[in-house]
Amino acid sequence: MTSASVPTQGGPIVRPYGDTTGDGMVQLSFTLPVPHDKRAEGAAVQLAHKMGIDPAMVVHAKAMGPAFTFFVVYGRSNHLVDLSAVEVVERHYPLLSAKEANLAVKKGLRRRLVVVGGCIGTDAHTVGIDAILNIKGFAGEKGLEYYRELRVVNLGAQVSVPDLVARAREERADAVLVSQVVTQRDAHLLNTKEMSAAFREAYPEAERPLLIVGGPRFEEKQTAELGVDRIFSRGTTPAEVASYLVHEVVGNRAHTRSQHER
Amino acid sequence: MTARVQPKLGLDPAAVREARRLAKRAGQPIVQLASQHTTVSVERATLRLAGLSGADPDGTPWVNRLLDAVRGDVGLAPGVAAPVWDALLSSDAPDLATVAQQAAVGQLRFRVPTGRDATRARSAARTAVRAGVRRVDSRRRERDRLIKRWGNPPGKPWIYLIVATGDIYEDIPQAQAAAREGADIIAVIRSTGQSLLDFVPEGATRDGFAGTYATQENFRLMRAALDDTSRELGRYVRLTNYASGLCMPEIATLAGLERLDMMLNDSMYGILFRDINPIRTFVDQRFSRQVHARAGIIINTGEDNYLTTSDAVDAAHTVTVSQLLNEYFAKEAGLEDWQLGLGHAFEIDPAVPDSFRLELAHALLARELFPNAPLKWMPPTRHMTGDVFRGYLLDGFFNLAGAMTGQDILLVGMMTEAVVTPWLSDRDLALQNVRYVVNAAGRLAEDFVPAPGGFIATRAAQVLAESIGLLQLILEHDNGLLDAIADGTFGLMKRPADGGKGLEGVARKADDYFNPATEILAAR
Repeated sequence: MTSASVPTQGGPIVRPYGDTTGDGMVQLSFTLPVPHDKRAEGAAVQLAHKMGIDPAMVVHAKAMGPAFTFFVVYGRSNHLVDLSAVEVVERHYPLLSAKEANLAVKKGLRRRLVVVGGCIGTDAHTVGIDAILNIKGFAGEKGLEYYRELRVVNLGAQVSVPDLVARAREERADAVLVSQVVTQRDAHLLNTKEMSAAFREAYPEAERPLLIVGGPRFEEKQTAELGVDRIFSRGTTPAEVASYLVHEVVGNRAHTRSQHER
Repeated sequence: MTARVQPKLGLDPAAVREARRLAKRAGQPIVQLASQHTTVSVERATLRLAGLSGADPDGTPWVNRLLDAVRGDVGLAPGVAAPVWDALLSSDAPDLATVAQQAAVGQLRFRVPTGRDATRARSAARTAVRAGVRRVDSRRRERDRLIKRWGNPPGKPWIYLIVATGDIYEDIPQAQAAAREGADIIAVIRSTGQSLLDFVPEGATRDGFAGTYATQENFRLMRAALDDTSRELGRYVRLTNYASGLCMPEIATLAGLERLDMMLNDSMYGILFRDINPIRTFVDQRFSRQVHARAGIIINTGEDNYLTTSDAVDAAHTVTVSQLLNEYFAKEAGLEDWQLGLGHAFEIDPAVPDSFRLELAHALLARELFPNAPLKWMPPTRHMTGDVFRGYLLDGFFNLAGAMTGQDILLVGMMTEAVVTPWLSDRDLALQNVRYVVNAAGRLAEDFVPAPGGFIATRAAQVLAESIGLLQLILEHDNGLLDAIADGTFGLMKRPADGGKGLEGVARKADDYFNPATEILAAR
């Protein structure tokens, strides 16, 4: 989860750090579709200059076949970073321990909170959903299965959207968790939109389960575009997801939900 | 390959024998089950061997149209061959394609012939299918000839690289470039979702999703292009595709007809990871392996997948059990040791203490259990985090483990795994990594002998013991392997025998079931 870092240099303006404060040093690598010769290296320097890197040092250049050259460039970026203008999605809910989360569900919902999860489409990479749901967990934290007051239904890999909707209904899911790792040709975005559209069609808005999607290549700000309630990106831990669920389901939605006693 | 596999782990030969015996016991009922059933794809593969190809204007293959028509009239249980050739002989249709077209518009009715008609139809079907098997045989001889002319890669491991653009005409130059950069084997990743199509698309395709459709024409185009490059390089570059999913028997057949060299072909992958019906998979598996055996194709099994969903230390023995089962099923279907590209992977969490020693133990166990199989060594994916620098180091250790344990087929790891589809520079850097390690340590296997009774030898023995335990657990189920698959013994996935995709395409063979392809392929 991102949280605003505290500027340490007396202001919100920072520059990249190589080995001295304010030196602005960056490294980058790229390929140009030109044969490796003097001109190619000059072309690499030109690109670096246009990217705001000056001086730029081509520290490595290597031919890759007859028509391409690979470069590693180090140099000083002349751009400044204004930390006060950085926009991130801040966590708007308190981070709970497993015990606190269980207690909140028990008190606020008076039944177990149901989570249905899986990888949709043809994505067979269950590593993300497993890290969050499996009791084994991730980064030293136990997964949601470990939470006594959460009932977790992990459907695993390659769940079709209709199956996911049907299962969510059958299990009376409070939240649906979808993981998407494969991103070729934006598969993760297309699948997510398909999923959210299907849930919106199948449920009246007030009864719809929370729709949560996660994966390494999502941007947390895309919720509206993708039609989901929350996006979790790289490095999210199970406790963050559990805390969010408790906050949303127990906090905001408990009232509407209690009308459909389950 | 000769002096390579000297036993180093001191594995107990009795334990090794016991593991194989248990795998056989677990596998035998499955083979029996497979031989009692047929599937739509086995029957369509038979029609393909007999020369039926192409598709109707909507893109539905004629083998599907014809099979569906036959099935509508007489069901699947008698097999497609006798009704089809009976219709061919008793109508005015000059060939199979015409029979398919007439059947598709309802002009033909099918019956299961009896008596002399049956003899006549069966004999004609055998002749037609035998011609197809002969084409597969001649493609195999052609491969042998070309390998003799252009040569094998100079050493081991063979370098395996993937292309996956979705467009066969983009794949071709990429594959040729990869071969020039040093790839010995090119794998064309299939379009996402093809495994769940119950037909094989036709023609050259340019619209795959994260991969390129496996079609006969795509196979032909890529093989021809790699033949050109092989000639240029003076080294036979092998081509790999995927005989998996609902159409694996047909894809195996097309691979045999178009001289593909390796095929991904795992006995349980479709069940566990694609939720394809277990019986459908085992029946299709057996047929496709028989075709691969005949075609001289090396199969690649998918044990790496177990480790992408389970912990690579805790689940190490599931890899070994799967390898043993794959070996049993492969040999039963006629494949020889040199055709068994059994898979395994470098997927242990690098944060685990002694992770590299554990990797060496697991890799060496596979090496010693299957001394004559061309093992396929798969790179880390699970613990590739996006930190490309760390990933490059991890790939270096993966390459080193491969070199130290004499792996045969090395799938080149990309530092940008989990970030992007490999860039030109990623592939170049990855190949530099492999070359450095193979150059520096390629023959380290000669010197590397783990201490007797040390960490590596003990760990290998432990994994073997756990494998035996798991096989025993499988055999304790009423219905053995089928029940074990149903209750989630393999990983977390529960796959009951009456669930999954493709079950409607399975039938129990009738008493008068006839299939010339299985007859010819089984007689060896």
